[in-house]
Amino acid sequence: AYRTDEGQPWVLPVVKKVEQMIANDNSLNHEYLPILGLPEFRANASRIALGDDSPAIKENRVGSVQCLGGTGALRIGAEFLRRWYNGNNNTATPVYVSTPSWENHNSVFMDAGFKDIRTYHYWDAAKRGLDLQGLLNDMEHAPEFSIFILHACAHNPTGTDPTPEQWKQIAGVMKRRSLFPFFDSAYQGFASGSLDKDAWAVRYFVSEGFELFCAQSFSKNFGLYNERVGNLTVVGKNADNVKHVLSQMEKIVRTTWSNPPSQGARIVATTLSSPQLFDEWKGNVKTMADRVLLMRSELRSRLEALGTPGTWNHITEQIGMFSFTGLNPKQVEYMVKEKHIYLMASGRINMCGLTTKNLDYVAKSIHEAVTKIQ
Amino acid sequence: SSWWSHVEMGPPDPILGVTEAYKRDTNSKKMNLGVGAYRDDNGKPYVLNCVRKAEAMIASKKMDKEYLPIGGLADFTRASAELALGENSEAFKSGRYVTVQGISGTGSLRIGANFLQRFFKASRDVYLPKPSWGNHTPIFRDAGMQLQAYRYYDPKTCSLDFSGAMDDISKIPEKSIILLHACAHNPTGVDPRQEQWKELAATVKKRNLLVYFDMAYQGFASGDINRDAWAVRYFIEQGINIVLSQSFAKNMGLYGERAGAFTVICSDADEAKRVESQLKILIRPMYSNPPVNGARIASMILNTPDLRKEWLTEVKGMADRIISMRNQLVSNLKKEGSSHNWQHITDQIGMFCFTGLKPEQVERLIKEFSVYMTKDGRISVAGVTSGNVGYLAHAIHQVTK
Repeated sequence: AYRTDEGQPWVLPVVKKVEQMIANDNSLNHEYLPILGLPEFRANASRIALGDDSPAIKENRVGSVQCLGGTGALRIGAEFLRRWYNGNNNTATPVYVSTPSWENHNSVFMDAGFKDIRTYHYWDAAKRGLDLQGLLNDMEHAPEFSIFILHACAHNPTGTDPTPEQWKQIAGVMKRRSLFPFFDSAYQGFASGSLDKDAWAVRYFVSEGFELFCAQSFSKNFGLYNERVGNLTVVGKNADNVKHVLSQMEKIVRTTWSNPPSQGARIVATTLSSPQLFDEWKGNVKTMADRVLLMRSELRSRLEALGTPGTWNHITEQIGMFSFTGLNPKQVEYMVKEKHIYLMASGRINMCGLTTKNLDYVAKSIHEAVTKIQ
Repeated sequence: SSWWSHVEMGPPDPILGVTEAYKRDTNSKKMNLGVGAYRDDNGKPYVLNCVRKAEAMIASKKMDKEYLPIGGLADFTRASAELALGENSEAFKSGRYVTVQGISGTGSLRIGANFLQRFFKASRDVYLPKPSWGNHTPIFRDAGMQLQAYRYYDPKTCSLDFSGAMDDISKIPEKSIILLHACAHNPTGVDPRQEQWKELAATVKKRNLLVYFDMAYQGFASGDINRDAWAVRYFIEQGINIVLSQSFAKNMGLYGERAGAFTVICSDADEAKRVESQLKILIRPMYSNPPVNGARIASMILNTPDLRKEWLTEVKGMADRIISMRNQLVSNLKKEGSSHNWQHITDQIGMFCFTGLKPEQVERLIKEFSVYMTKDGRISVAGVTSGNVGYLAHAIHQVTK
């Protein structure tokens, strides 16, 4: 979760404002939302992902399902795919998850009934970057129609994203081999500070004519973590298709949670549908993204100034909340035990944990760990 | 070509269809008796005062929006367990239970269903009363269980077929799962009397069945939270380690906030911890962690003495209004000159009433009188007001005389 420079959680100012508006609106009650969620939320959420000028939206071939966070969107999408993709109830369709990935990806698809969950190459530890050749190779050899979970931006946990050129190559292979793109978009806006830039990959795939799913989370970019606000965007070939898909997703939703929680969706819908509040929100998002970007550049410059062995440009080349520092498990153990700096055994740090007050200490500690421990 | 060309259109929801048709109707006297949500005497949704107060208190605390634990808000889950089990419950005091926050009743049922699918190896069979809430079957089916039924409603008397139920239940294979509605049976409104619950408990115990209670109307049925939880508490006292799904949609009017809980009564606190860990493993790949808003409101109400008192009064008010509408409907039917026995309307309890009306009669009610209900003759008494109960009685009399 995001932290301020004081190391505190941050409720976005625009969220506070909108919550007050909602509280003061006596016409609102707590009645059930429709099964697929709040209509104003669904339409706006998909519009954010695909862009105002999206051909898919213009052609009325986009569907949306309000879900409980990004996880909920992934699960509903996975349940639908297991029932209706590549045949009926074809649990043997391979599902590819990046190495590494968010651990819950595996569990979501497994619990949805898929029996064959595989990995695709992603992180190159030696060069501390994307293993594009490995990735493309895995896609070339994946069985036709395999499902690939793609991180739309700010790959979790590596922070390493394909460049636009690399995305084009990925899309080319996927189209040729009829692979299904299931995007996980948990950080739109939060990664670069620009909603459009962070949605580039999803929109490119749409422009290339793919049918795809995109699981969106508003936990980070709206700071609405515990309200569980998510959206599953479905891009199909035509309106009729999408209508059918949504009617079946409705059946899945009905036996999972019946209808989604209203509070978070109301906040997002209200914000996105008011030009003024929308601008305010974008400003809040940029505040968060900029702080993370600043911490990245400050950490890197300190490490370089200290002459810490190794290269540290990956710290600023990576994007989003997380960074794969490259520290090995022993060095991580040193950081935790001796310096009381908590990071994952993988060397992943949460950039949000850095503040202007602790930058020096963290940089020095990393320096010590790298020089003392091999 | 598309991946989705073969995807069939899902069937329209039967209950939603009722509301859709109602909305299109231009008759000023129209009545929507399909709605499964409480309405006040003006036919409007009712936001409880204690809910408004709780919301104001929560807002003033300026809390953050950090993720809840996977199992939910601890103050909420503890208070939910205490509400269901009773503060003096040995199971509650000893800590030999686990309660996780669920997405209202549906989500709690589903967590439980998934848990049974994974850990209850003795049987795949879940026995539902005939009839039961329409969503029970697909929930258990999607969780990978099989559905069976036991006799429950007697259409001839519009009341409980107790001998039929006992007969069927006594023949259920050992170690099967039986689902019971704790109070205000949906859709019939027919509940066993306490003496009948005692016999049910003895039989269920003898057959060594896993008991799954669905309690969606605690407080909302009789107006008394302890009375409505009597069966749940009795079963536990008899040494039956039940599993339980609770909803706060109706009794706190928190419908869209999705406040609910799933509880497993265990042998001891250690077993409860182990069960909890497995429940979390099931929840994480569904939606990671639950929504805070409804749980915070419910927790504030249950844990703040003044608010809790106010809630108990308000929930009794809702229950009383429903009971009053039942009484008025019957007396109005008598006034209309109906010679039928309508006692079941006042014998039944909770939001719903199985009128005993046949499909042809229901169709006439819809077409000729703009009174909307589901084909099975179920009405939501919550949709009846002192302003329209006379019209309803008139319409029912016209189609049944």
